[in-house]
Amino acid sequence: MSDLLRLATAGSVDDGKSTLVGRLLYDTKSVLADTLDAVHRASADRGLATPDLSLLVDGLRSEREQGITIDVAYRYFATPKRSFVLADTPGHVQYTRNTVTGASTAQLAVLLVDARKGVIEQTRRHAAVLALLGVPRLVLAVNKIDLVDYDEVTFSRIAKEFTAHATALGYTEDSVVEIPVSALAGDNVVEKSANTPWYSGPTLLEHLENVPVEPDPHDAPFRFPVQYVIRPRTAEHLDYRGYAGLIAAGTVKPGDEVVVLPSGRRSTVTKIDTADGELAEAAAGQSVTLLLADEIDISRGDLISVAGNEPTVTDELDATLCWLAEKPLRAGARVLVKHGTRTVQAMVTDLRDRFDEQTLSSVDGPSSLELNEIGRVALRLAEPVPLDDYSFSRRTGSFLVIDASDGSTLAAGLVGAPLPLLENGVESCTGGSTATPDDHALVSPGP
Amino acid sequence: MTTATLDTLGRLESEAIHIFREVAGEFDRPVILFSGGKDSTLLLHLAIKAFYPAPVPFPLLHVDTGHNFDEVIEFRDRVVAQHGLRLEVAKVQDWIDDGRLEERPDGTRNPLQTVPLLDSITQHKFDAVFGGGRRDEERARAKERIFSLRTAFGQWDPKRQRPELWNLYNGRHRAGEHVRVFPLSNWTELDVWNYIEREGIELPDIYYSHEREVFLRDGMWLAEGPWGKARDGETLQRKVVRYRTVGDGSCTGAVESDAADIHAVIAEVAASRLTERGATRADDRLSEAAMEDRKREGYF
Ligand SMILES: Nc1nc2c(ncn2[C@@H]2O[C@H](COP(=O)(O)OP(=O)(O)O)[C@@H](O)[C@H]2O)c(=O)[nH]1
Ligand SMILES: [Mg+2]
Repeated sequence: MSDLLRLATAGSVDDGKSTLVGRLLYDTKSVLADTLDAVHRASADRGLATPDLSLLVDGLRSEREQGITIDVAYRYFATPKRSFVLADTPGHVQYTRNTVTGASTAQLAVLLVDARKGVIEQTRRHAAVLALLGVPRLVLAVNKIDLVDYDEVTFSRIAKEFTAHATALGYTEDSVVEIPVSALAGDNVVEKSANTPWYSGPTLLEHLENVPVEPDPHDAPFRFPVQYVIRPRTAEHLDYRGYAGLIAAGTVKPGDEVVVLPSGRRSTVTKIDTADGELAEAAAGQSVTLLLADEIDISRGDLISVAGNEPTVTDELDATLCWLAEKPLRAGARVLVKHGTRTVQAMVTDLRDRFDEQTLSSVDGPSSLELNEIGRVALRLAEPVPLDDYSFSRRTGSFLVIDASDGSTLAAGLVGAPLPLLENGVESCTGGSTATPDDHALVSPGP
Repeated sequence: MTTATLDTLGRLESEAIHIFREVAGEFDRPVILFSGGKDSTLLLHLAIKAFYPAPVPFPLLHVDTGHNFDEVIEFRDRVVAQHGLRLEVAKVQDWIDDGRLEERPDGTRNPLQTVPLLDSITQHKFDAVFGGGRRDEERARAKERIFSLRTAFGQWDPKRQRPELWNLYNGRHRAGEHVRVFPLSNWTELDVWNYIEREGIELPDIYYSHEREVFLRDGMWLAEGPWGKARDGETLQRKVVRYRTVGDGSCTGAVESDAADIHAVIAEVAASRLTERGATRADDRLSEAAMEDRKREGYF
């Protein structure tokens, strides 16, 4: 079992996210005395009788003063069982941007609802974003259960409604867990609550400690974006030529036959090197240096793949974008695409559809994609790039869209249509020309 | 199957190595901030591993307040020589001597590091600056990116920071701007110590318990040095102490501790009820947003 879990929070403003995270930190004794003193002082300054645990997670002065949110904050806590990296998306989470950022690396998301309100649009929207970004597991924390008198019927109704929604998004039943909690009072966060005798499941922390973490799939085909070529040119290592990178998918052993993309040249792995010595095998997530049998031209930006099961090399790309910039995207836009270790020029040739988060349907042929909107686009790349589908690999199926003039990050890009609802009958992620959006989904006319 | 799933330290190490290599691949003139303290020593250790068996392709930079502990400077120079590295030293004293900076009334030189740092970055045209900052150190740092964009004036504008998605880092910047890079972002203090133990990394002695003449000021045990002496009413006492962080001697306090080796230090850190900065750094105690303000001005 992995001893590290990366998780993200999601949920509407005032559902109790900050309080829940504060409670988790507080009850796991992850808050040290001087930090706690500061919270006690700040709470007293605000005239509060009990410490406001949400202050533990409010980072910046402007957030405290104006209640605006800059972005995701990261928290670290550990129990004897596991270490946790928590991407906390405080404040005005109607901004998809925060949720997308936190979700991009999360192995689990805790989605909050207010027990008095149940599943609301925001819940459905966030669940859709989490599904899109491929977060493998969800926890629905039905918070403020104290305000509905710890009522079992209310909880079951919300849990049932949410399960149905999550299933529609592609989650299996055992990847979603619902827990009745009170972040304020602490019920079922770390300690099992006496107020919910009808609930027999785990507390939130128990679940986080024990939930299986999907290991990077070892049976996936090997993918290795080359970051840097290591050539010591010292007397001791005169002919050393190693390709450094982080294994994005699969495993590798000396003797494996590989293909270098986009060139298509073949070779054999002779050695997997690290500063701690040679490895007999290495797997996804490890930073290593590969040595090959043949002297072929390989540089940063190339991808080394297992021979026989290679990604498609293409300059036409069908992708889903989460648009993160103030200035809207229109067809014809010239941008940069950073995929793996390669950055290429690109043009957005078509806006195919926009995901309507309210109705969970798609809208054909939008004239633009605005801040926080999600849509499917066609891109033409200045040179061919080896691409996997996002649903195959979060590492080799993802890319950034970058503004060539000021360098800002404009969008999170996902190769293909990872959300079933967005698929619209497209067969492959790469056959841009064959992609004919049909309208079998609940389509309303584009603007 | 022989490939074990990476443990926490293995994942953190692999992530840091990935970050070093990304910067080497995308920037023209990176530099590693190196003071000889534990975080920067760890940083250097990871850089060496990232490019093995080739040498580290970056120089080092130390902004020297002149208020350092002798043991740390001696250690710094020894490590630099041992690995055949190139070290640039920007001495705060030089900036004071030629009038570009003025000594503060309280004698503290930590805040004076910002100008020599920014001047050195401009002078050497550094475009990526590695720092040992960790997100668990302080609330304003919890929002810091791994690639943190700085303006031509070295300033940090939280609103201009880019979303960091997956492990794709965007290091693009305009001429004159630079990027601060924090490979240790996701490490906690305990991770750092556990890794130091696992890798057998040598640190300056002052991180381990020793006897020292100290006096009490603002609840911290300070030592005498070029930064100042005990004032009236403050009495020097011989105590068994160690340092949890190492910075300007005028505002870095020692903690009473008999943790004389790495195992004892790990046990102490794991049981500690104070954050590392709260325990020992006067500069962070100044206000609720002290660190944030210094970051905006161009501090680490
Ligand atoms: N009664 C009750 N109030 C809660 C609970 N959790 C949070 N709150 C309150 O709900 C309000 C919003 O909480 P906050 O954590 O700031 O929500 P966020 O916007 O999602 O971060 C605050 O006044 C909290 O004290 C709970 O479980 N029960
Ligand atoms: Mg909040």
